Amino acid sequence: MSRSDAPAAPAPAAERFVADFTGDELGAVDEVRVSEKRSNLWLDAWRDLRGRWMFWASAAMILFIVFVALFPTAFTQVPPNDGCILSVQNQTQADELGVPIGTKISDHGPLPGHPLGFTKQGCDVFSRIVHGTSTSLSVGIIVSIMVAVIGIVIGAFAGFFGGWLDSVLMRFGDIVFAIPYVLAAVVVMSMFLHDRNIWVISLAIGAFSWPSTARILRSEVLRVKNSDFVMASTALGLSRVRTMLAHVLPNSIAPVIVVTTIGLAGAITAEATLSFLGVGLPNNIFMSWGNDISAAQTSLRTNPAALIYPSIALSLTVLAFIVMGEAVRDALDPRARASR
Amino acid sequence: MTAYILRRLLQALPVFIGSTFLIYAMVFAIPGDPILRMFGDRTPTDATLAALQAKYHLDQPFLVRYLLYMGDVFRGDLGTTFQGQSVNEILMRTFPNTLRLAILAVAIDLVVGVTVGLVAGLRKGKIFDNVTLLIGLVLISMPVFVLAFVAQWFFGIQLGIFRATVGPGAPWGDLILPAIVLAALNFAFTMRLTRASVIETNAQDFVRMAYGKGLRSERVVPVHILRNSLIPVTTNIAANFGILIVGATVTEGIFNVPGVGNELFKAINRHDSPEVVSIVTVLVIIYVLVNLGIDLLYGVLDPRIRYVKK
Repeated sequence: MSRSDAPAAPAPAAERFVADFTGDELGAVDEVRVSEKRSNLWLDAWRDLRGRWMFWASAAMILFIVFVALFPTAFTQVPPNDGCILSVQNQTQADELGVPIGTKISDHGPLPGHPLGFTKQGCDVFSRIVHGTSTSLSVGIIVSIMVAVIGIVIGAFAGFFGGWLDSVLMRFGDIVFAIPYVLAAVVVMSMFLHDRNIWVISLAIGAFSWPSTARILRSEVLRVKNSDFVMASTALGLSRVRTMLAHVLPNSIAPVIVVTTIGLAGAITAEATLSFLGVGLPNNIFMSWGNDISAAQTSLRTNPAALIYPSIALSLTVLAFIVMGEAVRDALDPRARASR
Repeated sequence: MTAYILRRLLQALPVFIGSTFLIYAMVFAIPGDPILRMFGDRTPTDATLAALQAKYHLDQPFLVRYLLYMGDVFRGDLGTTFQGQSVNEILMRTFPNTLRLAILAVAIDLVVGVTVGLVAGLRKGKIFDNVTLLIGLVLISMPVFVLAFVAQWFFGIQLGIFRATVGPGAPWGDLILPAIVLAALNFAFTMRLTRASVIETNAQDFVRMAYGKGLRSERVVPVHILRNSLIPVTTNIAANFGILIVGATVTEGIFNVPGVGNELFKAINRHDSPEVVSIVTVLVIIYVLVNLGIDLLYGVLDPRIRYVKK
């Protein structure tokens, strides 16, 4: 509806000082298009995301990864761990694999039903990759949630309340930031020799990777907290905490989403690196791509497949989350978009 | 400048104390006997046990223990491994190799990353730009050990250009392949940062001015654009030094470079916790010092940084 549609024809007696909008070329400039859809940061970002093939490609990849992690048996019937054989012992196994008795299965190439061949321990490479997905993804998700929660709480309180609280929290963040988080996790994990599990390793990674999230949120909160709408909510009598939760946080959370998505990729890498170094998850209980890659390195020359396929799975998973994070960042940050 | 240096030093001090304390606390504040836990499954001989207890001053209160331990670290006594080797000697022997590897890696990263970033930034949106952005993305998503194995398998075993593992004495030629792997870790960040910085500088008035007064691009690009774009790239090296440390641990282990990282890698695999703790402490100290150094360098390069925003 444009201004010209306004019904108010001036009362006959009233003097008109303003030119009629209709028929005036300048009128078009002043027109307010009320029919335009309402919009906000998230709607804008979503419209931008919809047009990016990178977003759709990574979203499809992530959905696929989640599906594999939830339903590994839909992809392979072969057990990943038990059922590993070093060589064919009896007729049943020989019939199953289609090779003569006595064939060495350890590091063997592809056989029917085992498309990617076998590891040194004689386990099915494909099955181990499929079953390893949930380990990587769980660690990634747990660490991300943990880092986001710690980072948001510390960043929001430091930024919004400022003063000594800000100094204490941020100096503490500096200290934690000064320790490369994989190194810190190495120390933590070497203290837990017996009871390593997904929660322990996630805690070891997450406990030292939150400072960057806290810093980013804090700087966003500092930017937002002097806005007029924050002052308005204070003037309306909202408490400090309510103001922070209802008005400041929702407007400063966007970069945290980006950094969390990319951080998820980092956590998956960290878990694989720790497992590779030998301070990750115990090999016989958890399927972990890092463990498999580590175990396969001794036969790199003879059986590179056992090393290369888990590496590809790991890299593609990490790539999917990084691409997703970057697509979301470009959509949320118009300035980053402009410099592209 | 003096005030700036002093301020930076004062800021680094709590970080230094705090980070070393945190590592120490992680090992010694967890309930239970830290020495026995260090051994895991094995039972130490009485002599080793006594030596370790004396080393970590276990009869003292926790804070005193930390201070005594840090005193030892500063006097250069890093304790011994389970095999009774002195960690100092190990570090003295291995550190030069790691230093050479790191220098080579940073040099490759800077030369290649800055060149590629510069070209990509000057030709923003063109095919070179897009291709290198994509390569950077792929490199970021490959964990360091995957990158190392791919390099080892492809260049070392398939093509045979480089030796797959580093030979005795770690000659420079053998270090090139692991250095490329290490450099590749940070390459994407260096490249992107240079690119963004070049795009920003390219739009500045002084660049237009330089072109306007008739300078050729052979002069404008290196002198006016590149020099002013390098400042954020310098700090980025410090920020990525953590990636470099972790990367070196894995890369040295895979290529068998006789360096600090390899020693840490072996210590982790042997479950030699005293050695792990000592090496990690030293690495964190180096990390904090490098960051401090780069901060000071930053102040020299860009005078604006020296002024405190009030």
